[in-house]
Amino acid sequence: MITPSTVIDTNDTIAKRWRRATEEPVWIRITLITIALTFLTLFLVLPLTVVLYGAFEHGIGVWYAAVSDPDALSAIRLTLLIVAIVVPLNTLFGVAAAWSIAKFEFRGKSILISLIDMPFAISPVVVGLIFVILFGSQGWLGPWLSSNDMRIIFAVPGIVIVIAFGTLPFIARELIPLMQQQGKEEEEASLTLGANGWKTFWYVTLPNIKWGLIYGIILCNARAMGEFGAVAVVSGRIRGETNTMPLHIEVLYNEYMFTAAFAVSSLLTGLALVTIAIKSAVEWNDERRQRIAAA
Amino acid sequence: MSITLVKRRVIPGFGLTIGFTLLYMGLVFLIPVGAFLLYTTTMSWEAFWSAVTQRQVVASYKLSFGGSLIAASINLVFGTLVAWVLVRYRFPGKRFVDALVDLPFALPTAVAGIALVTLYASTGWVGQYLDIFGIRVAYTQLGVVLALTYIGLPFVVRTVQPVLEDLETELEEASASLGADRLTTIRHVIFPALFPALLTGYALAFARALGEYGSVVFISGNLPFRTEITPLLIVAKAEQYDYHGAAAIGTVMLVAAFLMLLIINGLQWWASRRHG
Repeated sequence: MITPSTVIDTNDTIAKRWRRATEEPVWIRITLITIALTFLTLFLVLPLTVVLYGAFEHGIGVWYAAVSDPDALSAIRLTLLIVAIVVPLNTLFGVAAAWSIAKFEFRGKSILISLIDMPFAISPVVVGLIFVILFGSQGWLGPWLSSNDMRIIFAVPGIVIVIAFGTLPFIARELIPLMQQQGKEEEEASLTLGANGWKTFWYVTLPNIKWGLIYGIILCNARAMGEFGAVAVVSGRIRGETNTMPLHIEVLYNEYMFTAAFAVSSLLTGLALVTIAIKSAVEWNDERRQRIAAA
Repeated sequence: MSITLVKRRVIPGFGLTIGFTLLYMGLVFLIPVGAFLLYTTTMSWEAFWSAVTQRQVVASYKLSFGGSLIAASINLVFGTLVAWVLVRYRFPGKRFVDALVDLPFALPTAVAGIALVTLYASTGWVGQYLDIFGIRVAYTQLGVVLALTYIGLPFVVRTVQPVLEDLETELEEASASLGADRLTTIRHVIFPALFPALLTGYALAFARALGEYGSVVFISGNLPFRTEITPLLIVAKAEQYDYHGAAAIGTVMLVAAFLMLLIINGLQWWASRRHG
């Protein structure tokens, strides 16, 4: 793309000197890029590589044996069951919260927005602890639960609720700024023309927030599948019963079954890579639309 | 007032959406957090105080708070550098690098934990070379700082990056045309504009590191008084059914998290006021 500055740059030597004034010399640029890339290689590329290398080091057969082991399969099944409960609930919450915050004015709105952020700030192990103290056998509601033959801690319901807590903000955080920025004129037009609320949401709002919503759901899903600290506190690590994928990875690692640990990790790593790829695609799409709108 | 009333009539669903929002937040976290804080108040002050000031616990605060401060500082320097390079310079693979910055946000912490310890153990890809110089990372406090740096990496980059993108180069040109050299321009033009974002990113990275568990416990080795972080002690106490001890330390962490949230909100408010 030809911008005015590049045109001036190639034709006008005075302009060239101007450009130099806001840009560092080549050697500084190269040094800074090198430092940044070295830092990112050490912290991002190498951990990624070591997981994938460790998973496939002994061939695809060993990898497959590790991910199709009964305990691994049960961990995968449990993890999928949990996200099938948590992600739809958090999606519903995210859409509802964003709708009420973006389309209406009410008192205490900024407090509500801060409260939605709160689960981000709380340590995952504290999240787990909160529910152990509420529902654990020695906890507040423990005696009542056990006399009614109900189990929350060291069972699936406890894992579901701590993961819902930990991943609650993700979809809402994506949608709130998006819907605030889009305003409410389009919805008002649709409603004035006679469409009802649901139709307006479905045909006007949803297409506008589609990509943000998709990224929010994918991110929420990845974080829900990968949640570790909170689950470690409430699950009790019962093999084949309450081990999620990250807990299964921990068990394998602590039993020195490194290849198997990396094999199960590679599944979650693939999911993380898909997540950041979708994020880039969404951002790229936005940029392109903004450029078209500007031109 | 009449205008808001009319608008409320046009767009439906306020009662439904705000009702569900508050109900869900209430059930999932507001009531549980409230009940947890109430539980802590059933402890006597002496019991609470002795639980939060045990020597082992105090050693863990030093590591958790100190390590998080160091990790956030490393991220402040390198995160700003990465944001600068991504916004200002062109190089092959930039889009890929930009996307990769979010990896610590998307990769499960347990996976990050075993990857880091495998890399930095004395037999690992990086650890074996550091070993030659007598630098040990795995099972030391250095390893804890490394994991905390990893986990906080996206925060400074992602808060500084948009501000740098919006920064008008005209200001720098004006500064240069008035005779300032590059360093003076950076110090007096660029740095003040970035300052609120830098502080926010620093606070976010610190808050994230403070509560981190999964990526740290593998590389730290969890040696009492040396490499135990506070979240680990909470897990250990909960596993031994010492709920009072765990709740007391958990309350300290919760209060620290609330304070950080207040500070971050204040910083963002200040930044948006300066920006707007």
